[in-house]
Amino acid sequence: MTVMVDVDRLVKRFGDFVAVNGISLSVKKGEVLGFLGPNGAGKTTTMRMIAGFLTPSSGTARVCGHDVATDPIRVKQSMGYMPEGSPSYEDMSVRAFLKFIAAVRGLEGAEAQKAIDRAVERVVLADVLDRPIDVLSKGYKRRVGMAQAILHDPPVLVLDEPTDGLDPNQKHHVRSLIKDMAAEKAIIISTHILEEVEAVCTRAVIIGRGELLADGTSAELLKRLPDYHAVAFVVPTAQADAAAAAVQGVANVAAINTQSLDAAQTKIRVVPSQNAPILAAVAETLKGKGIAVTEIYQDRGNLDDVFRLITTSSGATKSAA
Amino acid sequence: MRQTWIIAKRELYAYFATPMAFVFIAIFVALTGAFTFYIGRFFDRGQASLESFFSFHPWLYLLLIPAIAMRLWAEERKSGTIEQLLTLPITTCDAVVGKFLAAWIFCGIALALTFPMWITVNILGEPDNGVIVVGYIGSFLMAGAFLSIGTCMSALTRNQIIAFISGAVVCFLFTLSGLDLVLNVFRLWAPEALVSTIASFSFLTRFESLSRGIIDIRDIIYFFSLIAFWLFATTIAVEAKKAA
Repeated sequence: MTVMVDVDRLVKRFGDFVAVNGISLSVKKGEVLGFLGPNGAGKTTTMRMIAGFLTPSSGTARVCGHDVATDPIRVKQSMGYMPEGSPSYEDMSVRAFLKFIAAVRGLEGAEAQKAIDRAVERVVLADVLDRPIDVLSKGYKRRVGMAQAILHDPPVLVLDEPTDGLDPNQKHHVRSLIKDMAAEKAIIISTHILEEVEAVCTRAVIIGRGELLADGTSAELLKRLPDYHAVAFVVPTAQADAAAAAVQGVANVAAINTQSLDAAQTKIRVVPSQNAPILAAVAETLKGKGIAVTEIYQDRGNLDDVFRLITTSSGATKSAA
Repeated sequence: MRQTWIIAKRELYAYFATPMAFVFIAIFVALTGAFTFYIGRFFDRGQASLESFFSFHPWLYLLLIPAIAMRLWAEERKSGTIEQLLTLPITTCDAVVGKFLAAWIFCGIALALTFPMWITVNILGEPDNGVIVVGYIGSFLMAGAFLSIGTCMSALTRNQIIAFISGAVVCFLFTLSGLDLVLNVFRLWAPEALVSTIASFSFLTRFESLSRGIIDIRDIIYFFSLIAFWLFATTIAVEAKKAA
């Protein structure tokens, strides 16, 4: 697969403040890359440099082989970009705004009309086509932003927080839209919603304090959790002590936490050492002791925990990686 | 060039999308009329000319042109649309010139709508229409120069009020530099060469001869180079401050 976006040691300084400090990454056709990071981590600044809005202090960004610094127009032609909050000219109607975008993109007459119709159909905007943008709801405004980004059917899409502030239905719609387009494009989205990464991204990078802290699929990122293989089970409270004693004997068990759920039931969580898989062994042991387990599952953390772990202890994680 | 025109068209559309355009044009036409007839004593002069009409243009522009220019870039930055605009396949120069052209065309429309004045003098007497045409051209060029200053001030801030006031102040300096009020201060100590240089920067001095129907190529070059300079400065300001 061809590399569509290639970012090499990108740096952006604002005076003394280093917003982005040497980020390198690449996105291939068919990939949806998620930019993850806390607010102020440098996600938007990185995207703005890739989109040609900000000039990098050093390093290069290439889109479809064109260097942002030397050939910004080509870069902008081959990219659809939706800025954070999808700002658009609020005094225009949706139709007039999209016509303007089409004209700037070099589309005219029937060609422009076809492009607008296709984009409007894709993001479901037909109902509000003749309304001024400033009276639209947040969800519709975001769709206008999406429509202008995909209008010229660009090979690269960069979307800054495409689902921020949307309700669950709207989020679902935007995500399925991104998934639909993923096959024939290279897409970068930024988000701080981790479920989004699992839902739409083929890969994710975690950015913190301007640096790339992690790069991988969501499964790979999850594996970095210390208790990725932790196991939890629920037993009747009467049998809790026996159960805890039993799993103590299982190989690689590092810690056991008991938590009473109600008068009758107790939840026991077992964390292995060295991230060893222990589910089968735990289940076997409990069964062997004749303990009546009502529920047993792998209690891995979620991406939220990985995110917190990586972004709050970046020094430690970096040396580990 | 094509991109510049597309930007200009959108910008013109934006002027007329709100009642602001009509309010502005109404005020402009009403004020030029009022000034000409009452303060300019149009009838008492007993002359079939628009000299009194044109003589108030620099002062009207001082107030009204920064008001047209203030939103051009400040609004884009405030609302964040500047990011949308500058990530489209256009150069910053396309955007700067396009926006300026839209505002200039808008001024041209307002100026053209003062045509009843021209009709009036033609009914009352036999004016030299050539002089009047040159006066209109001069007024339009001066409007462009005022606008280019206002555009640059608008690019320096995200606050439209600040853009308006700083635009008006800089325009005021350029207008005033031809008045004896200012020049006398310099005449006391400065060499004549410096005094005439300062005077030559004045809109008033340049416009006065044009409004009398005298076409001096240096006046035309002056206005165009002033516009070019300020638009160049605007481009630099937009580049430097777009993300701030």
